[in-house]
Amino acid sequence: MRGRGFLGFVPLQVEFRRIRLPEAHSGVLGGSKTGRGVSAPPPQPKGSFKVADTVVGANPDPHASGEDPNRRDFIHIAAAVAAVGAVGGLAWPFIDQMNPAGDTLAQASIEYDLTKVADGQQVVVKWRGKPLFIRNRTGKQIADAIKDDHADMRDPATDESRHKPGKAQWLILIGTCTHLGCVPTVGGGDYGGWFCPCHGSVYDTSGRIRKGPAPKNLEVPDYTFLSDTKVKVG
Amino acid sequence: MSGHSNYEPKTGFEKWLDTRLPIVRLAYDSVVDFPTPKNLNYWWTFGGILALMLGVQIVTGIVLAMHYVPHVDYAFASVERIMRDVNYGWLIRYMHANGASMFFLAVYIHMFRGLYYGSYKAPREVLWILGCVIYLLMMATAFMGYVLPWGQMSFHGAVVITNLFGALPVVGPSITTWLWGGFAVDDPTLNRFFSLHYLLPFMIAGVVILHIWALHVPGNGNPTGVNVKSKEDTVPFHPYYTVKDGFAISVFLIMYAAFVFFNPNALGDAVNYVQANPLVTPQHIVPEWYFLPFYAILRAVPNKLMGVLFMGGAIAMLFILPWLDSSKVRSMRYRPTAKLFFFIFVLACLILGYCGGHLPDDKIIPKLTTFTLMDADMNSMVWLSRIAALYYFAYFLVVLPVLGLIETPLPQPESISSPVLSHPANAPSGAAASPEKRG
Repeated sequence: MRGRGFLGFVPLQVEFRRIRLPEAHSGVLGGSKTGRGVSAPPPQPKGSFKVADTVVGANPDPHASGEDPNRRDFIHIAAAVAAVGAVGGLAWPFIDQMNPAGDTLAQASIEYDLTKVADGQQVVVKWRGKPLFIRNRTGKQIADAIKDDHADMRDPATDESRHKPGKAQWLILIGTCTHLGCVPTVGGGDYGGWFCPCHGSVYDTSGRIRKGPAPKNLEVPDYTFLSDTKVKVG
Repeated sequence: MSGHSNYEPKTGFEKWLDTRLPIVRLAYDSVVDFPTPKNLNYWWTFGGILALMLGVQIVTGIVLAMHYVPHVDYAFASVERIMRDVNYGWLIRYMHANGASMFFLAVYIHMFRGLYYGSYKAPREVLWILGCVIYLLMMATAFMGYVLPWGQMSFHGAVVITNLFGALPVVGPSITTWLWGGFAVDDPTLNRFFSLHYLLPFMIAGVVILHIWALHVPGNGNPTGVNVKSKEDTVPFHPYYTVKDGFAISVFLIMYAAFVFFNPNALGDAVNYVQANPLVTPQHIVPEWYFLPFYAILRAVPNKLMGVLFMGGAIAMLFILPWLDSSKVRSMRYRPTAKLFFFIFVLACLILGYCGGHLPDDKIIPKLTTFTLMDADMNSMVWLSRIAALYYFAYFLVVLPVLGLIETPLPQPESISSPVLSHPANAPSGAAASPEKRG
């Protein structure tokens, strides 16, 4: 760029010289007092001068060598940084608009009456667009889960860490397979927990991953017992 | 090829326009006078077929968007309304749905053509990579389009594919939430997929223009892989290839019409005529046929992240292919060993597609139990897809880099014209050259 003119401003610079910009300005604007180190372009045809006459005060050639070249560099860098910052700042709203909206985030938590779930039964309710498993485990299922607490597992967890203290009977899990989000079917698989029909992941009666491609145990949501028979999820 | 123009504006208006916007000149130089190798076979007609299919998809898609409602409560019903109540809605929707399949069929043939004839080799690397970009955009477009009818397969397909991003360490869950615009695939997801499904075809059209531009710089390849040496080797695009492409398009359209009118749901999944239910996953989730090979690779790997990486890697191979193949000989016509490996590669892709359509534990040979290796019986789809996937990657990473160094190719003809003219049956030389000059 240096020495070549900027966006075709070279003719304008010649013009500035012709109309004798006051000396005081040439210092500020990096004017042409010292010349540009190259011979000035040949005189322009008469017609083109008209343009310059109307744009006095427009930016003269920014690459003309001023006294302090670092000041030019600073302006270039500052302008580039400002432009990048502006584009980046403007890009963020356009990226973030795709994140969950306020009303989506504000989705109410749900309450559920556990008396509706019989012994050994599982109920699926919808919570935040996803299935929620509420399972009333039998004594054998709990015992099976505890027995395997120290078995070799991909995502080790004790059965106790998967339910609320003293509520071993109630297992509340987010019902999406941690592989690719399918809904596992209850009672399937080698461990009597869940079996995912999509890619064959097997969970035990504590919702822990035991076989297949899923990397993690079925997720336990945040929930609290409001009373012995009522839970609030979320 | 570029930079030289034989266009001569005839009327006053053409002359006036040519000095202001030489668009007629551009069209003339690109599709009328463009010098094209005279030996292109029918495998070269799929570019034109693809351009037509892109047009068909855009036109039918714009019409469908006039009747479709992108909302989880109405989307499924609005598609049924298009099928039953909108005048000719059934025709336009079947054209669009089957058009996607035809589009992919043509693109796969077009890609295998490129693989066989070395169309990715210098100086056509950028042309090839632009093609890969188009293919990626096509896959994104097709995936999002399949979600719009909001059937069971739409919904759970969207769940599975968006969850693929969740396999990425650290940022995965944030990315899936960002893609969904919520905590699950829901109304925000459907809306943005509709918006992007409308947008992407126009981006494809843009990249297609770049693709054709990049084609017209070195000019077409040809079945011999030998560069065009003289004017003798070429014929003008019109009428030679407008007619040849036109004939191929007609034949292709007959097959397309056969699907649209006689078996419009043959390539789709019946489960997608059940409205989406987030609480029940269909017994067997399968993508549309054109994604099956990649789906098989995904399932062949018993680890979520690695499965996703291998699936992405399968496409990445195409992008770096120009620098993997070490052979200087373009066309496999003169590479007998490479030809053999190529046909095994095609077979491997077909096997992967077959495996992708079955459950991983399905048996290849019914009722035969062999031995269990690692996590599955050897007589199972999962092992078959592992073997085919292994070959898929080996073809790119081992066969093509090594073979070019050790094989002995057959002698190549000196020019495109020479094998024809040196043949005794074509005695009078010049008979095949510029036949357009004769009556």
